[in-house]
Amino acid sequence: MTQSEVSWVPSERELERQAVRRRLRLQQTVIATVVTVVVAVGLALLIVSSPGWDRVRDYFLSWSHARDSFAAIAEGFWINIRIFLVAEPCVLVLGALVAIARQTTSPWLAPVRLLATGYTDLFRGVPSIMVVVICGIGIPALGLSGVTSSLFWLTTFALVLCYGAYVAEVFRAGILAIHPTQVASAEALALTRAQTMRFVVLPQAVRRVVPPLMNDLVSLQKDTALISAVGVFEALRAAQDYQGYNFNGTPLLVAAAYFLVVAVPLTRLTDWLMRRQIEKEQGR
Amino acid sequence: MTALLEAKGLRKSYRGKVVLDGLDLVVAEHDVVCLIGASGSGKSTLLRCLNLLETIEDGIITFDGREISDPLVDPRSVRREIGMVFQAYNLFPHLSVLDNCTLAQVRVHGVAKDEAADRARQLLARFGLADKADAHPDALSGGQQQRVALVRAMCTRPRLLLLDEITAALDPELVGEVLEIVRAEAEAGTTLVLATHEMSFAREVATKVCFLDGGRVLEQGPPEQLFGDPVEERTRAFLARVRS
Repeated sequence: MTQSEVSWVPSERELERQAVRRRLRLQQTVIATVVTVVVAVGLALLIVSSPGWDRVRDYFLSWSHARDSFAAIAEGFWINIRIFLVAEPCVLVLGALVAIARQTTSPWLAPVRLLATGYTDLFRGVPSIMVVVICGIGIPALGLSGVTSSLFWLTTFALVLCYGAYVAEVFRAGILAIHPTQVASAEALALTRAQTMRFVVLPQAVRRVVPPLMNDLVSLQKDTALISAVGVFEALRAAQDYQGYNFNGTPLLVAAAYFLVVAVPLTRLTDWLMRRQIEKEQGR
Repeated sequence: MTALLEAKGLRKSYRGKVVLDGLDLVVAEHDVVCLIGASGSGKSTLLRCLNLLETIEDGIITFDGREISDPLVDPRSVRREIGMVFQAYNLFPHLSVLDNCTLAQVRVHGVAKDEAADRARQLLARFGLADKADAHPDALSGGQQQRVALVRAMCTRPRLLLLDEITAALDPELVGEVLEIVRAEAEAGTTLVLATHEMSFAREVATKVCFLDGGRVLEQGPPEQLFGDPVEERTRAFLARVRS
């Protein structure tokens, strides 16, 4: 093998073909670049030439207001980040547990299945902001001893409840999509149902649902802004506060930028991880 | 007789491992070419290169007088004319047997739906699958699935059919029913290139047998000659091994 590796010299025809491929690739790059620039410039011109553009620019794109509000929003956004970091793993665990609970077959677990089904139906059907308000105001109002009255934890709990329901359904879709032959071959190896789920079905299911899962996690990250409904001074609330005092909407865009700075790299990262995984599995 | 397909000096490697190393192959119209050789000798890779599923690194493939290894050739225009059947059937599990067989006819070849269905049912019936037209692939046995895969490939009347070890995943009882179809096709004059481990079958239907070794066609000839009196030592060794 190595012998021929050394002795192989591309034929003239192959070199010609490589040149053609290079030319085709260059052509495609040029087309892609030109189309992108034309579309971007076109959109920018469309917005800038609109009759109300000057007013919109003054209200939303003031550099001095952006600078002044930057620090306050950063402080608020740190709360969003913390909630997200606490809620995210909880949501994933809760979602996976609920999804697995719904797939059990043992008669002893009938109440668990019922509970899991009821939970997803309820929390997927109710607007998240209502859950946040009910948890943030309702739970402390009960006056139970030993239950935290920290709005941070109560609202985080509310978000976990809402997103756990969505994520459970995503996981369940992934589990159902695994071909029955996989379960059959696991059972043929005498694995228990739980082992089959844990070692064969779930790992494959998770891989398939990573894109929709990311969807929900980015959405969760945005929805941390919902906690402003009970008065927590997170990024959106801080921006609105500044807007109210200074009659300028620029801080809203500043807050939006903060959210984007977290969401976009996160999405790119998962894309990259998935591609790597696929390449590894297909041995390319 | 002019060659329908001709490969010259094909080279293909995966991760630095050379699989095809200057391979030559000529397929004339109505030929039935059987590729034999050990696992990993490049039979499947060769077939995948021939219908441009893999990009070759060197060499020239001509089909019907046109160089199809040219990057400016639209691979789909080539694949319209070349059918392929895979070892693992690769049927579409979400479509019924009939829909599997009409998809390309309707979407690629622009055949009217009724006409496509007629043709599919006709072929299915010919191969004993008339009652399976509305079933889904997962509900069929392996032999039935592979026969459907053959029908799917034949529905579009390809000028050349590539068969990649289509009986390798089947148990011996089912091998016969699949080979029966291939035999019928060969007798009807369809040009076939098939990678196979079924030596007796190759001996019976092939017009030419090619022994692949080290990424090349080491020896080729009519079956009587290649099986009866092989020239190369390695061919003898291989045949002795598969016969024992």
